Amino acid sequence: MRAVLSLISGALFGAGLHVSGMADTSRVRGFLDIAGQWDPTLAFVIGGAILPMMLAWRMTRGRAPLAGGSFPARPAQTLDRPLVFGSILFGIGWGLVGLCPGPAIASISYGGWQGAVFLLAMLAGMWAVPPLRRMLDRQTSHA
Amino acid sequence: MEMAWLYGLLGGLLIGTGGAVLLLGTGRIMGASGLIGGLVDGTGSDRGPTLAFLTGLIGAPALFSLGGWAVNTQATSQLWLLILAGLCVGIGTRFANGCTSGHGVCGLSRFSLRGLVATLFYIGAGVVAVSVVRIGVGL
Repeated sequence: MRAVLSLISGALFGAGLHVSGMADTSRVRGFLDIAGQWDPTLAFVIGGAILPMMLAWRMTRGRAPLAGGSFPARPAQTLDRPLVFGSILFGIGWGLVGLCPGPAIASISYGGWQGAVFLLAMLAGMWAVPPLRRMLDRQTSHA
Repeated sequence: MEMAWLYGLLGGLLIGTGGAVLLLGTGRIMGASGLIGGLVDGTGSDRGPTLAFLTGLIGAPALFSLGGWAVNTQATSQLWLLILAGLCVGIGTRFANGCTSGHGVCGLSRFSLRGLVATLFYIGAGVVAVSVVRIGVGL
């Protein structure tokens, strides 16, 4: 049940990325290129995606997930340095090539070595974060 | 492509519906970096469903392509740029605990302050990066 629902969710995500044109890195970079030929498509994608999600969050009230378990609690709304610096670093990489994690995964289905190289580097970066975090924590606790 | 905004809106609705199915069905947040990152560093739970999700994410665009609706991804062929950008995205999204789907779509739709701040910072940094690359490197 959980696997089937997850498969459907992933397929909808992938179909949406394909239909919206967000698998095309030039579209994403066009959205970020406000000083050049600005392409507003991404704003419609995010806007369109937020609508069903707003409904979904509303529907979680007083219910439990279909496949059992519970809904995620609202995380503490603390604004910390990892959030800000992590987002800046992410934005730089996103702008440089035009891929974020979802489309990077989806890009494997289109063939081409570029997406695969980006994906491998991204996975390596993700894998390196827990040890990086421990290193940073140790340094700040000594200071 | 003409009517790009309409395709964008339709695609966006599909993406959001995918997020709604995952949330209402399994109680998980559809954040690409969180789901993949949890698999990579072993912190994630629910490995089976996560692999099923990734299968759908790769499979659906593959079916579209096989059906004749191809997408040109147009990613750069500069090897160093691909590696540098991939590392930035991997490290950045895990430190920030989310990416476009997690903070952007799932966060903004529940009026999360963290989601809003993250989204403003990654879009802002992306704007700067694109401008620097276009003007400085000429890619």
